[in-house]
Amino acid sequence: MSIDLKTIKHISKLARISVDEQKAEKLAGDLNSIFDFIEKLNELKTDNIEPLTSIAETTLKLRSDEVKSKNIREQIIKNSPQDNEDYFVVPKVIE
Amino acid sequence: MSDITKQSLTELVENIENKKLSSTDVTKAFIDRSEKSEKLNAYITNDFTSALDKAKKFDQKPNFDLKLPGIPMAVKDLFCTKNIKTTAGSKILNNFIPTYESTVTENIWNEGAILLGKLNCDEFAMGSSNETSFFGNVQSPIDKNLVPGGSSGGSASAVAGQLTPVTIGTDTGGSIRQPASFTGIVGLKPTYGSCSRYGIVAFASSLDQAGPMAQNVKDCALLHEVISSYDPKDSTSIDFKRNHYSKELTNNIKGKKIGIPKEYRVDGMPKEIEDLWQKGIQYIKDCGAETIDISLPNTSYALPTYYIVAPAEASSNLARYDGVKYGFRAKGENLIDMYERTRSEGFGAEVQRRIMIGTYVLSSGYYDAYYLKAQKVRKLIKNDFDEAYKKVDAILTPSTPSSAFKIGEKTNDPVSMYLNDIFTVPVNLAGLPGISIPAGHDSKGYPLGLQIIGKAFDEQNILNIAYAMEEKINFKNKITDWWIK
Repeated sequence: MSIDLKTIKHISKLARISVDEQKAEKLAGDLNSIFDFIEKLNELKTDNIEPLTSIAETTLKLRSDEVKSKNIREQIIKNSPQDNEDYFVVPKVIE
Repeated sequence: MSDITKQSLTELVENIENKKLSSTDVTKAFIDRSEKSEKLNAYITNDFTSALDKAKKFDQKPNFDLKLPGIPMAVKDLFCTKNIKTTAGSKILNNFIPTYESTVTENIWNEGAILLGKLNCDEFAMGSSNETSFFGNVQSPIDKNLVPGGSSGGSASAVAGQLTPVTIGTDTGGSIRQPASFTGIVGLKPTYGSCSRYGIVAFASSLDQAGPMAQNVKDCALLHEVISSYDPKDSTSIDFKRNHYSKELTNNIKGKKIGIPKEYRVDGMPKEIEDLWQKGIQYIKDCGAETIDISLPNTSYALPTYYIVAPAEASSNLARYDGVKYGFRAKGENLIDMYERTRSEGFGAEVQRRIMIGTYVLSSGYYDAYYLKAQKVRKLIKNDFDEAYKKVDAILTPSTPSSAFKIGEKTNDPVSMYLNDIFTVPVNLAGLPGISIPAGHDSKGYPLGLQIIGKAFDEQNILNIAYAMEEKINFKNKITDWWIK
């Protein structure tokens, strides 16, 4: 299997990471060598195996639906790169 | 006392309780040594001034009932510390100051310990050599230009170099045990669900665990006892009865059955590692325990499985870094452009590589072939351990397939870097506890470690085995202070 530049560009769109030609080629090389290594899994027949979805074999605990963090608006906004009053500011999205 | 930093945690606690040392004496000593050790690059952020204030306050009103009375401690910079910058070794969090405290560090401060600073690590804990940190690589106290291992490389370097009496790291695929092995110290990766993940910068949520790193097994047990707790803030935290691990520590392991898995004898493994393993087997027998040959047939599939599961979870976890709510933001022509530039400029190469792998294996058309397949193999790997534990109480393996390597030696070949974790990764996939203890040196004089893997929630047992073996091994770390002047 080979991951081509077109696939790299597609994944980078999905991952929201900008990638120029040079970086795309480097990533394609790296990913191909990593996936060559991963392909080893195809040696195993797993048709009737249940996938492991949770390592902790316990059911999630229920708790009452209470508000525990009150008035933390300031804390939430504190680390934002850009804010205005109580809002996060992002580049304009509506013309 | 000029040799304060050479003392173990247990000795320091005793000396503070007996008033032979004050918290200020101890804190000062570790600060002094940390300041002389800048060359190691073990710290990202220090908090020395307020550490001294806290030590003085402790001495004015000491509470000797606490488990870590006035003990200074630096921690991996993956733990959120309230009002102290927390970077995860990344440019994208370079300006992030948490407004809350991780549960694990809160447990430590509640027992009287004092924060010295935040320790360097691979970016988002993705790495095996501490070379992916935005803040530069960490030097090993063992030798110049040697990697301390990773991702908890700053933590390992700081404990081995005596910049902190003990520390905590995190382990997703070996990030506590591999650097512990490389630097001649003890590192425990607890059972999944033993230590809360609340407030730890997430990498791969089904694998991540915090754990102690220390000069010896007893210190490791004491710190584990402090950090392990049930926490409702982490939905995967498990409510089980925790031991007083340090109090219940015993070197009596007579009659224990220890499994030796043949699949850990991998191609190309240096003879030194095989010899070390054989020595370990002899020590086990000398302690009155029994060794039994076992098979973990799917071991060789663990690393490929890990490199699907971990990047998949990481790509999802790291989606939150979008330049909007916190962290670094790059300028963009529009919203999407801003996201893409922020992530391209804010994340380093290894993190981007893993996000790309994870995005690919989760993308439409590939999910079944990769992610679902990996989940199934993960089940097989867990079944191997379940089967083995019908016959044995614990398993003994080497910690790593080689000793530490030079800085820059493996950075151009991701797969050869990943192979470092070949013996540690299966333990995370199965959610089990594992401990690495220093067990010898290679021909270059670099430390080598042995790993003891336990049943889930059986930390006491592997700590006991490690404690008994430690006594027989009588390991002495060769620290020459090469970096000081």
